[in-house]
Amino acid sequence: MLFEARNVAGEPGSGVRYHPVSLQLEAGDILTIYGQSGVGKSQFLRALADLTPHTGDVLLEGISQTKIRPEHWRKQVGYVPAESGWWADVVAQHFSEPPPKAWLSSLSLPPELLDASVERLSTGERQRLALLRALVLHPKVLLLDEPTANLDQRNAQKLIELVKTYAQTEQAAVIWVSHDADERALLGNRSLEIRAETTHQAHHP
Amino acid sequence: MNIESLSAIDLGLAALLVVALGVVQFLMGLGLQRSLVIGTVRMTLQLLLVGLVLKALFASANLAWIGLMALVMLALAGYEVSARQKRPIKGWRGYLIGLLSMGVTAAIITLLALIVIISPQPWYTPQYAIPLLGMILGNTMTGIGLALNHLTQTAWANRGRIEARLLLGQTATQAMADLRTEALRAGLIPTLNMLAAAGLISLPGMMTGQILAGAPPMEAVRYQILIMLLITAATGFGSLLAVHLGARRLFDDRQRLRLERLGQRG
Repeated sequence: MLFEARNVAGEPGSGVRYHPVSLQLEAGDILTIYGQSGVGKSQFLRALADLTPHTGDVLLEGISQTKIRPEHWRKQVGYVPAESGWWADVVAQHFSEPPPKAWLSSLSLPPELLDASVERLSTGERQRLALLRALVLHPKVLLLDEPTANLDQRNAQKLIELVKTYAQTEQAAVIWVSHDADERALLGNRSLEIRAETTHQAHHP
Repeated sequence: MNIESLSAIDLGLAALLVVALGVVQFLMGLGLQRSLVIGTVRMTLQLLLVGLVLKALFASANLAWIGLMALVMLALAGYEVSARQKRPIKGWRGYLIGLLSMGVTAAIITLLALIVIISPQPWYTPQYAIPLLGMILGNTMTGIGLALNHLTQTAWANRGRIEARLLLGQTATQAMADLRTEALRAGLIPTLNMLAAAGLISLPGMMTGQILAGAPPMEAVRYQILIMLLITAATGFGSLLAVHLGARRLFDDRQRLRLERLGQRG
């Protein structure tokens, strides 16, 4: 088992309330996640990346999240949020190593973009570059939060191909949040709904 | 040479100037007279009270009383630091971070100055100890307050940037490196301005006071240089400690950014 979540949910009192999630992924698996907006899909991914306090346990190759140093965990369980943060002026400063030319061209990104100022990037370019800066760390698990939200159909298709290829060649597992049923179909047949926490009815004797 | 004594009438004459200002403001409809009166009366009472306390303290020259006075000054300065935060660290920790970083540096540097550098007999002679601590505390308070305020406000505004760095496998220390540097710079700016302006744009208060009291100018200047060096060191080390402790409090043991630990003020 490459990646496993056991009863992961938001911490009590944190205001995040989705029904506890358990899942298991083998190398090369792609799992899509959907659910009503605001139900906590992004919060679930944040919990898997250990970016936010949560209950339950997450295991990578059988080892619990709590046993792995957080910075090592996040390198291996790469989370790309819907909105990417950029802290330096130039794109390349956000990459631990330059991405392969093949990746850039497969996402129709010109190599000069690496030397561009972050301010000049379009939302779609940011989204694709944010995926690449996570991929150069060679994560074993990839958590993607609506990675095609700002892309046209053609570029969305290319990004899907790149992620599929990555999962196959690197034997990585992918969890992909998508609200688009067609996109989920393209990504395979494994899908999981994040539901709101079941609110227990008041007990009437 | 002795200092010219000021009588109550002398002070009354100076007060007339402020009263005149109040009248002019009233006639112009500025509506500031109230704050002006309260501020002036408060200042007079505070200083008279401190004068009485210092008089008693100087007369007794008792280490326990001087220590108590130092602790009261430190507690008030600690309160001032946390009161100036726009997004203070919640709970007693927020107060403690300011108090601790200020207390440790101010105490070490004041003691060092008293025992090793100035060495009055005895070392805790209140005429030296209290004003020295007061000047060091007053300045570190400002520096630490600014540094902490900058740190928490920029962390609050830059959640996405900080978390992006964490997500790419950086430690909390690496992810906060820029913001910590900026916070330290913000804390040290008033001190750097003070160093640049000393003697040219402003005649520092203590030097002026010593000269008024009849000290030879070069003696007063040497004391002033000493004070400025002590203030600079205390502000710098105090801000370093405060920013270190503050940045640590922003993260938990799993290096997760915990902005809910910050409160909000006005």
